Amino acid sequence: MDSATVFRADGVGKTYPGVRANDDVSFEIAKGEIHALLGENGAGKSTLVKMIYGLVRPDDGHMTLLDRPHEPSDPRAARAAGVAMVFQHFSLFDALTVAENIALGMENPPPRRELADRITKVSHEFGLPLNPARRVVTLSAGERQRVEIIRCLLQNPRLLIMDEPTSVLTPQEAELLFATLRKLAAQGTAILYISHKLEEIRAHCDRATILRHGRVVDSCNPRDHSANQLAAMMVGGEMRAVDRSGRNAGETLLDLRDLSLPAPTAEGVALKSVSLSLRAGEILGIGGVAGNGQEELLAALSGEMPSTPGTLSVEGADLSQAGPAARRRAGLLAAPEDRLGHAAVPDFSLTENTLLTAGDRKSLVRRGLIDHDAARDFAQAVIATFDVRTPGPGTAAKALSGGNLQKFVIGREVLQDPRVLVVNQPTWGVDAGAAAAVRQSLLDLARSGAGVIVISQDLDEILELSDRFCALNEGRLSDPVPTEGLTLERIGLMLGGAHGMEEARI
Amino acid sequence: MIDPLSVFLLLLSASTPILFAALGELVVERAGVLNLGVEGMMITGALAGFAVAHATGNPFAGFVAAAVAGAAISTLFAALTQAFLANQVASGLALTLFGLGLAAMFGKPFEGVKAPPMPAGPLGINWIVWLGLLAVPAIWWFLTRSRRGLILRGVGENHEAAHALGYDVRLTRLAAIAFGGAMAGIGGAFISIATVLQWTEGMTAGAGWIALAIVVFSNWTAVGVLAGAWLFGGVTVLQLRLQAAGVNVPVQLLSMAPYLATIIVLVLISGRQKYSRRAGAAAPGSLGQNFHALR
Repeated sequence: MDSATVFRADGVGKTYPGVRANDDVSFEIAKGEIHALLGENGAGKSTLVKMIYGLVRPDDGHMTLLDRPHEPSDPRAARAAGVAMVFQHFSLFDALTVAENIALGMENPPPRRELADRITKVSHEFGLPLNPARRVVTLSAGERQRVEIIRCLLQNPRLLIMDEPTSVLTPQEAELLFATLRKLAAQGTAILYISHKLEEIRAHCDRATILRHGRVVDSCNPRDHSANQLAAMMVGGEMRAVDRSGRNAGETLLDLRDLSLPAPTAEGVALKSVSLSLRAGEILGIGGVAGNGQEELLAALSGEMPSTPGTLSVEGADLSQAGPAARRRAGLLAAPEDRLGHAAVPDFSLTENTLLTAGDRKSLVRRGLIDHDAARDFAQAVIATFDVRTPGPGTAAKALSGGNLQKFVIGREVLQDPRVLVVNQPTWGVDAGAAAAVRQSLLDLARSGAGVIVISQDLDEILELSDRFCALNEGRLSDPVPTEGLTLERIGLMLGGAHGMEEARI
Repeated sequence: MIDPLSVFLLLLSASTPILFAALGELVVERAGVLNLGVEGMMITGALAGFAVAHATGNPFAGFVAAAVAGAAISTLFAALTQAFLANQVASGLALTLFGLGLAAMFGKPFEGVKAPPMPAGPLGINWIVWLGLLAVPAIWWFLTRSRRGLILRGVGENHEAAHALGYDVRLTRLAAIAFGGAMAGIGGAFISIATVLQWTEGMTAGAGWIALAIVVFSNWTAVGVLAGAWLFGGVTVLQLRLQAAGVNVPVQLLSMAPYLATIIVLVLISGRQKYSRRAGAAAPGSLGQNFHALR
């Protein structure tokens, strides 16, 4: 092994009951290298990094860190060996202060005052200023990540693992993160970087190892390949370009007239005189920076927030005052953004979760009793049609990875043959392969004559899917414009004035 | 008619059992465990302490025995909730019922027996009262300043994250539960050995429940626990004085007063509590949830 290699895995494997999560995984990371780990949801990336960080023990194979065997029995041993990790879901303690959070991530933290000084110093050095006395609960997502990163940096790690660090960051925050990573790499730290954002990987990573079904299928320099080629390596086959053909706008299905609603919570946004009409076979894209009324608009459409009579009608029937169940019966279905907790009950099985929205339309409930066979069959149909990777319909929703649960949540609505489907952030945190499948299913649904509203912050997604585009800005919806020939600059102007952040977003 | 100093001394004494039990439960809850078995652990400590004090003639040996007995019975709760992942509310209630029943059965031979005399401590105040008062800053220091205390709070705030960072969630909680049991045991023994001076069935009379309420009322802080215990103790002493002075209020109402006062203050305070999370003093994030690590 040459001395420039920091970490090496040789034939590492791990089996969970019913799943071979990793099989014969071998790769190495050089000193000062930003190494990307690519793969679809469920390809085994998380298991692999958990083994490196000592959270999970490999069944076979061995790992080497700095020429010494790396067999951490727990994360503290891994940290002592020089491995640090920034988690996908922050491993922070809300009620504790920044300094306390950082102390918990260190083996031998210095006394409180000294630690506070070091946090202030290191955080300014890397351009990530932090106040050590702040409570984590008061920090933004970007600031929380800084806490995790500073926690790692204070230990002078030789190998830094980052699990999807940019999924919660604004573009500016992501740029700041990459500047930090480059600084670290220049100092000789090896960085293992996991992300779904292929463009980001192409721009910032030196090497990429690609996992598929738990095995290493390829290794390359991501700069030599296009994002499409990388995605093809991940899924093992060409990426299907989405097929937009064969759709004709028909009669008006959904009509919103001057819908206004007060903000539901202190942090919420009021909807101000929202009007739109959606025709059969049409996909309407609604874009905007997060927190401009997306959730409120979805709640107003799904029936969670009823509105004044006459403001919302589906195929001529006034549903303004109807609740979610009545709207579903009328064919207006919705899939909210928050998969766990809003779209699905985490502790319920997939079968039980299908009952929650499909009970009426698929006649899964008879005379007040649940028809378990029918519910299971329907859940099974969703799993099969949408390629949801799970042991079966009896699995709890929370046990599914984000992308798989998203496919399930969207599939559950699509297979109910809605007249109108409203989705919010349909491919958030979903890998390229699954995202393409979800988008295609929405296009297929529209082709079959339904109307679809896609609320998304991903403007590329909106341009790819929708026929018309509206901008949502502080609870106001702009007039729709056709997406045909629409440029990102034009969209930027439509979103304009929201938070002064649109340019970076585009 | 009512001398403030003597009332304060009586208050100290009346609040001590609750102070011990609530400080113990504070540590348990800060570790993310809700143990509703405080009453059962107190009565166990009350009997075990009384029995050993009576047998040896040494009240301090009684308190040691009470701590051991309280910790021992709490490991039952710990086994149920930490090893078998049983529901914490149900297990805690079961522990209370079990402790009350057990003490009633084994306590029969001790009925009507007198406790050995207890030597007074500095300033004529009972040693155990001093110990309780010292425990307040000690636990404050442990929770907010020590490394172990920080880990314990981390485990209680977010057990998933604590596990991800490599801390042993289960071991931390086991230790906290045993400590809570020992403290509740001492609190119970104070009633039988130092206050009532004999054993009576059910003599803790709901003090364990008040201790649980006080932990919430305190916003999970040691100083708050002291304030809550003194409030309860103060109203107890006052109503006893009023009874003795023959005030024309039904005795039942007066006896009710300490409990009522505690509940009213609790309600008034908890209305504000949902906003205090930003200030860091509020219910631990993982309170009452069981933790199961996938390996």
